[in-house]
Formats: sequence, structure tokens, C-alpha cells
Amino acid sequence: MLPDLSHEEILRYSRHLLIPEVGLDGQRKLKGSSALVIGTGGLGSPVALYLAAAGIGRIGLVDYDVVDFTNLQRQVIHGTSTVGELKVESARNRMLDLNPEIQVDIYNEPFTSENAIQIARDYDILIDGTDNFPTRYLTNDVCVFLGKPNVYGSIYRFEGQTSVFYAKEGPCYRCLFPEPPPPGLVPSCAEGGVLGVLPGTIGTIQATEALKMLLGIGSSLVGRLLIYDALDMTVDFVNLRKNPNCRVCGPNADIRELIDYDAFCGVPGRDHDDGSAGAGWDIDARQLAPRLNEPEPPMLLDVREPHELEISSLPKAVNIPLGTLAARLSELDSAREMVVFCKAGTRSSRALELLVSAGFKKVKNLHGGINAWAREVDPKMPIY
Amino acid sequence: MPMLRIPTPLRTYTDGQSEVAVRGATVSDALSDLSARYPSIKQHIFNENGELRPFVNLFKGEENVRNLRGLDTPLSENDRLRIIPSIAGG
Repeated sequence: MLPDLSHEEILRYSRHLLIPEVGLDGQRKLKGSSALVIGTGGLGSPVALYLAAAGIGRIGLVDYDVVDFTNLQRQVIHGTSTVGELKVESARNRMLDLNPEIQVDIYNEPFTSENAIQIARDYDILIDGTDNFPTRYLTNDVCVFLGKPNVYGSIYRFEGQTSVFYAKEGPCYRCLFPEPPPPGLVPSCAEGGVLGVLPGTIGTIQATEALKMLLGIGSSLVGRLLIYDALDMTVDFVNLRKNPNCRVCGPNADIRELIDYDAFCGVPGRDHDDGSAGAGWDIDARQLAPRLNEPEPPMLLDVREPHELEISSLPKAVNIPLGTLAARLSELDSAREMVVFCKAGTRSSRALELLVSAGFKKVKNLHGGINAWAREVDPKMPIY
Repeated sequence: MPMLRIPTPLRTYTDGQSEVAVRGATVSDALSDLSARYPSIKQHIFNENGELRPFVNLFKGEENVRNLRGLDTPLSENDRLRIIPSIAGG
């Protein structure tokens, strides 16, 4: 039995009721349906806003983070007034302001192998708006095991991918990407940056696909991957097919329950990194500052991209971007003490690994990067 | 010549170019040509055994070459190749 619409709802959804493919029955279907949005960041923002506006009866939000200023360039569900608030609460308040007729359930916790099935079980569809590989594989496997569609979207700088992975009708995420890239090979948005409007475009397509699936109308992206390049303004499609060797949805699948996704991907399932290279390899900004005034200060190696130097820089630092470091090791003196840094300590930790494996011994990582220097040593320097 | 579309994360290794014209009668030849001109891209596409890395997908037109003849998939003048990598941002 589909729920009825009140007079207020009929007025609110009037423009949907005018479309024959939606109509009164379709709108009642949406009211009786539910969607789980994993992540309330760049992709989750437009997804949650449009699903709320469209009148999905029950929407779940999973996120464990708080709103910060660097989010607002793209995470339009949040606002300057909600910086510091829990993302799920900030998002819920905005959604209920947009549409008080719906129910929003919040899960202020990471989506993990321990809680994922329990959380996802009672939703009709999942929308992947996460920002890391472990949670993407987890979301996929949960959808395969529960037989639910996974509306996928992923972004990097100017480029986005989106599809609907639905093992009952087509391929799953693992059919296309059986294994994640090794840690560090593909930069996150926090490291590589992203055009703020890009998740708006991709997330809006995800919301469209979710609505179509719930309404049962149109041709979905099941079996197709949409690739969007905002810089060249191209939209391309490729065909996706079930992989007969898929470890979760293939005929000989050997993964039958949720696994340890952090171990599978070799990284923690969050984009937050404390910028540490590990015990004994770090130097704090406050420790480094006096050392730079010594007669023989350590050499500073800045592994950021050249355009980042315009934002902040340290005097006398040598700039060799991480991507080119392996080819330029001969420019460095391994006998001299060296401190490697980047924005927040992630890239420099990788640079340090590379240097150590090439035989450099006197190297340290600036813990927390140049942003930590700005916080702890030089308050006039901007943090980005 | 067949055109190869380079995804954003790999453009660092192709001097920022989004498309590269590649020579070769097969996908394997075309990728060898690419690697010869942009050596640093090679390790991102192939593993130590010279196989496509499992997180890199190569499409000829709309089809994954894994569903065709893999690296031996033949190419003609007007074919379009595209590398589709894993990206995780959100």
C-alpha cells in the first residue's frame, strides 16, 4: 500500500505530479521509499538536497565528520553558520528546512564492516558519496550481499565517473575495479584538489539515477559508466559487463561476507591523515624552527606542486614535486640532513618512504606539513 | 592514428595532454608507443610482469579490452582508446 499525499504535499510536489512518468502514483512511491546516502560531502550534498526536495520518504545519512571551512567550496548542504557542527546534523537541518515532510535518520559514525549491514538493511537504495577506496569497496559489497542498487559517483579535479552498480541486473564495482590502486598512487581531493562545482554535477546525476530507480522509469546507468570531463566539457559512456571472475558477484565468488576493507586497500577508510610518517621519522614545526637558525641548518625539501608555493612557502626550501622526485634524486645530497614537507604531511610521508628506500638516512618529515608550521610557528602564514 | 584519451590523474605524466595520438596495430603496440614517449606513465599502467594493472581499465570505443582480446586487441586508424582509472574523491 502506497502512502497518501496530504494537500500540502500535493501542492509541494505539483511540478512532479504534472509529469506523466511520475504523477500521483510516482510521488506516492517516492514517499514510500528510502535511500541511504553514504557521506555528506561534495557528492552527498547535492544528492541529499535533491532527494529531500523530491520527497523520498526516509533518507539516511552516514558521516562521522564535522563541517570545516575547506568543505564550503563544494559541500553546499552545509553553511558558514554550521562550521564546527556534525555534518549529519548540519545536513539534516538543511534538508528538513527544504522539506519538513520527510524523515531524515542520521548515523554519526564511520561506515564499517561492523555496522554497515545493520544500517543499510532497511533502505531501498544506497548512494555512494564517499571519499576513499575502503568505504567504496564496503558499500559495493554491502549492496551485492543485500541485493540493493549502489548509485556510484567519484571525482578528481575536473573529472567525474558515475554509474549504477546493481549485481542483480548487471556488473558491480568490483567487476570494473577488482582491486584498489596501491596507497598513495591516486591522490585524494584533500591532496589533489577538486573543482567545487564538479561534485554538484556528478552528485546531481546520482540523485537523478536514484529517483529513476525508485520510480522504475527510464534507462538507468546499470551496465554503463558515464565519464564527465568538466575542463574539455565532454560526456562519454562506456559499457560495463559482469566480470565472470568477480570475487563478490561472479559465479565462483569467494568473498561471501564483509571483509577488513582497510587491510584490503592498505589504507584507513578515511581521507584524514594526521600527516605523520610514523614513529621516529617526524619533526614538529616547533622543533624545526630553531634548527633553521643553526649554522648548518637541515635542507628543506618541499614536495608540493609549484602552484602551491604561491599560497605559502618556507625560505630556502627546494621544490621537487612528489611525482617527479623519483627521477630527480640525483639532485639531492644524501649526506646532508633533510626535512621533507608538503601541505599537511601526507605527500611528504610518501616522499620520505621513497628517499629512505633510495638509501637516504638523515631525513625527517615535517609533521602536519606547512599548515602545521602556519598554526604553530608563523600565524601570519595562511592555512589551506 | 588511434587516439588515446588520458584521464586527469595520469595527465601529470603526459605533459598535461588529455589526448595522445598513438602508433600501433594492437593495444599493446599503442601502449608501448605511449610508454616510449612518456616513460614515467608506464608504471601506472603496467605491473612488473607487463600486464595491465587491475585498477586500470582500457577501453576501445565503448568496450573494455579485457572483454575483447586484451592487449592483443587489434586497432585501426580511427579507433579511440581510453584509460579509465580508479578514483575515489567525493
